[in-house]
Amino acid sequence: MRKLKTFDGVEKLRGELQKGRDPNKPCMTVCVGTGCLAYGTQKLVDSLKVELEKRKLQDKIDLRLSGCHGFCERGPMMVIYPQKIFYQRIGLNDAAEIIDKTLLKGEIIDRLLYVDPMTKEKIVYEHDCPFYKKQMRLVFGMNGQISPTSIDDYIAVGGYAALVKALQKMKPDAIVQEVIKANLRGRGGGGFPTGWKWDETRKATGDPKYVICNADEGDPGAYMDRSLLEGNPHLVLEGMIIGAYAIGSSNGYIYVRNEYPLAVQNITAAIQAAREYGLLGENILGSGFSFDVKINRGGGAFVCGESSALFASLEGRAGEPRVKYIHATHKGLWDKPTNLNNVETWANVPFIINRGADWYAGIGTAGSKGTKIFSLVGKINNTGLVEVPMGMKLREIVYDIGGGIPNGRKFKAVQTGGPSGGCIPEKYLDSPVDFDELTKLGSMMGSGGMIVMDDRNCMVDVPRYFLSFLEIESCGKCTPCREGVRRMKEILTDICEGRGQEGDVELLDSLAKAIVDGALCALGNSAPNPVISTIRYFRDEYDAHIRQKKCPAGVCKKLIKYRIDAKKCTGCGLCVKVCAVGATSGERKKPHAIDIAKCTRCGACMESCKFEAIIVE
Amino acid sequence: MEAKIKNIVKKYGSDRSYLVPILQDVQKEFNYLPQEALEAVCTELGVSNSRVYEVATFYKAFSLKPRGRHHLMLCLGTACHVRGASMIDNHIQTTLGLKSGETSADMEFTFETVGCLGACALGPILVVDGEYHGHMNIAKTTKILKNLGKKVEADDEKA
Amino acid sequence: MDMVKFTIDGKEVEAEKGAYLLDVARENGVRIPTLCWHESIESPGACRMCVVEVKQGKRTRVVTSCLYPVSEGIEVKTQTDRVKHVRKVVLQLQMARCPESKELKDMADEMGVKPEPRFTPDATDNTCILCRMCVRTCEQVVGVSAIGFSYRGTEKVVGTPFKEQSKVCIGCGACAFVCPTHHIKMTGTPEEREIWGRNFKMMKCKTCGNYFAPIEQLEWISKKTGVPMDKLSVCQACK
Repeated sequence: MRKLKTFDGVEKLRGELQKGRDPNKPCMTVCVGTGCLAYGTQKLVDSLKVELEKRKLQDKIDLRLSGCHGFCERGPMMVIYPQKIFYQRIGLNDAAEIIDKTLLKGEIIDRLLYVDPMTKEKIVYEHDCPFYKKQMRLVFGMNGQISPTSIDDYIAVGGYAALVKALQKMKPDAIVQEVIKANLRGRGGGGFPTGWKWDETRKATGDPKYVICNADEGDPGAYMDRSLLEGNPHLVLEGMIIGAYAIGSSNGYIYVRNEYPLAVQNITAAIQAAREYGLLGENILGSGFSFDVKINRGGGAFVCGESSALFASLEGRAGEPRVKYIHATHKGLWDKPTNLNNVETWANVPFIINRGADWYAGIGTAGSKGTKIFSLVGKINNTGLVEVPMGMKLREIVYDIGGGIPNGRKFKAVQTGGPSGGCIPEKYLDSPVDFDELTKLGSMMGSGGMIVMDDRNCMVDVPRYFLSFLEIESCGKCTPCREGVRRMKEILTDICEGRGQEGDVELLDSLAKAIVDGALCALGNSAPNPVISTIRYFRDEYDAHIRQKKCPAGVCKKLIKYRIDAKKCTGCGLCVKVCAVGATSGERKKPHAIDIAKCTRCGACMESCKFEAIIVE
Repeated sequence: MEAKIKNIVKKYGSDRSYLVPILQDVQKEFNYLPQEALEAVCTELGVSNSRVYEVATFYKAFSLKPRGRHHLMLCLGTACHVRGASMIDNHIQTTLGLKSGETSADMEFTFETVGCLGACALGPILVVDGEYHGHMNIAKTTKILKNLGKKVEADDEKA
Repeated sequence: MDMVKFTIDGKEVEAEKGAYLLDVARENGVRIPTLCWHESIESPGACRMCVVEVKQGKRTRVVTSCLYPVSEGIEVKTQTDRVKHVRKVVLQLQMARCPESKELKDMADEMGVKPEPRFTPDATDNTCILCRMCVRTCEQVVGVSAIGFSYRGTEKVVGTPFKEQSKVCIGCGACAFVCPTHHIKMTGTPEEREIWGRNFKMMKCKTCGNYFAPIEQLEWISKKTGVPMDKLSVCQACK
């Protein structure tokens, strides 16, 4: 690798790389993000390599290992270029067949095609797949086309052109103004206007100044940042270098969650490659601007996603937040001016520089510009990462892209914003996804987690779950969060276990107000949100738990009973085999029964019954 | 042990702001954070015992007790929760007799629950010794535990 | 010195820009309750008792006065329903955590706050409210950091590292002195003090023969100041 010392050097390299790549050369792009690797994709990749070598085709057919393609429900998956044939749920032993039939003979393997559940149509090409059709894959767009560990791949598809433009043709202040004009808002949860943050940091007095990438993605159910860092680390890095130049910082940090080893690996490799090319370090591309980045791993603390706790962790201390009456832009890391942005926020920057603020502001709504990546998970057919323009209706995301609710069950709510957010019921499904609209509904955009729930999810159990999570993750510094979250959880547990009392809902409301006002940081003062929003929209479920001691969704174990439907039971005896407490019994081929006194409602029998004979009451 | 600690601290320029990464490396070396190692870190870095102990106990990634031969990590993220992860949590707790963060007396199993692993399409997920097992249910959990050598009572009684 | 003018409960006050609101309030005779504030240490902002409402421009928010820097034209209100509610709940939560604490009961009585029956009191004689004053005093005033925090959330606890006797504790008792609930116990005899599970031999005054300070504390002072031990071996009364 040779160091690029001038702006022209980058463009020259880009030209050489593009010339040396034949867009018509067959290429199998296989997703090796963490999710697909969990499906065993490494085995598929290994056998593809072996099969290519056996046939001496390594030079004739490319095998590209890419980051997340987004359609996580359907892994292992690949896209075959140049036609963009889309194969999904690939068997780990299908390598030979794919090469022989599709690559060599041009035959489509039907069983590997995605079938549209509505039209029953078999989809051959990625761009025809309903999951992708309605998306606007801007930030995620390159994920399927590059190998994340190849800086050449990134440069070949246009990478680092924004950096060249910024350093060569724009003054720092102009870059800040462009980001302000684009109205990019933070993608990590706060939604604060990024340009204003940059401006404040740029104007603050203090040296050195720091720029930080917050990759401590802790919202359970959200994994957009992981996939960005794994799949296109250079995009994030390019955004950071541009930002650092605009702000006047030479020191950057990327703080990655401890539970993301592949993301750490890929961003580390990206930084190394960027340094070798001279895109990081001293006198970048001869501009006179120097900037470098260090990677720090988190230690397993959700609270470190909060900026002041993150700074504490970087300073070698426990991740306890501090008050922010003086903004971090003035006194942040080591009490110096610090600009902290989320991974996805940084990833948006090269697009704004390349195509201009006006173009960017043309996407989205008046208050929320650009696209947003959501992790669409839970009770949804098409689990995965979706990128849509701001303003798209929730209904479109859940049904048109997400494919609706599996197993014929009924939609109940969609939870956004993680533990700081709220549950949005069906009647608001036509609301646009927008920072301010979601806040009006009692939820928030958050980092992008979108958890779909059906009629078998209990809306008293859901806030109890979030509070249990926050109780463990609370740093413990301030009384309202440490003691208040715990007491809220206790009351909700009482309600879920049949000990709810009249007045509990009012008490939860009162406690919520005190915590919202009194807690020290955003973890604490948003902790009551799931409770507040479920009381607002699902008060009937709270009343049923408290007054009738019933759980309408059939979830809360102490309030339900399992019963065997004699009409459906075939007496196969499977439930007896799996029951750890001997609560089920019966003669072979005769309807069985459950001893309610012994039954712990563990769910093993219901899970094993092939005849759906076990009913929840 | 002191020599190993010295090297780790030196690798980070003896800079106390790298306390968390230093402890991560120490844990990787010894499989947990022995008290002796933590005290050596204090000496090498020039920070108080109180600070090191605070950091070592604050972050869930660290274990001050030796960990078992098999490491089971269950995801309790929201997506996994709505798909029934808590039932698997109860099953493991009942079968292994371990709550999250605990190690069995015979040092065979350490059980942990995590906020989210970021592989939600496969939920519920159980990671066993670094290997991801997706779409978990009670039956699959029982099978995995049996494969790891754990006697599971339900099946044994009926055998 | 940049001076700013603003109001507290309608009364106009003047102070140095950036001064902490609580300090300014106290100087102007306005009483705001606190649990974790002490003049010798940097406030942690942990107890949340000192919350007040501050209106700046169009925006009103609830802030902790101990750490809020004053600026021109703000309107501060110390007794609104919103802040009284926070203080009430904070006390109720602390009383449930430390049901044996007389100091909390007294404060609650003074403020007209009754325990919340739905907060089941913890079955414990623990009276530590995690105000942090002991840890900060040991770190910032004494400078030995013999005690600190461990764990987090509801498991957070103050103590010596590894729950063992501290090698660096000098037995000065400053932590016990600042503790608002007298949770930290200092016991023993005139000749020997016990604190944090460790015994400290007391120095006998060369002049009057009374025991007055742990030997280790005097050694620490000697090390820090350069004053020789024989000069420090005389008690305050005899100096």
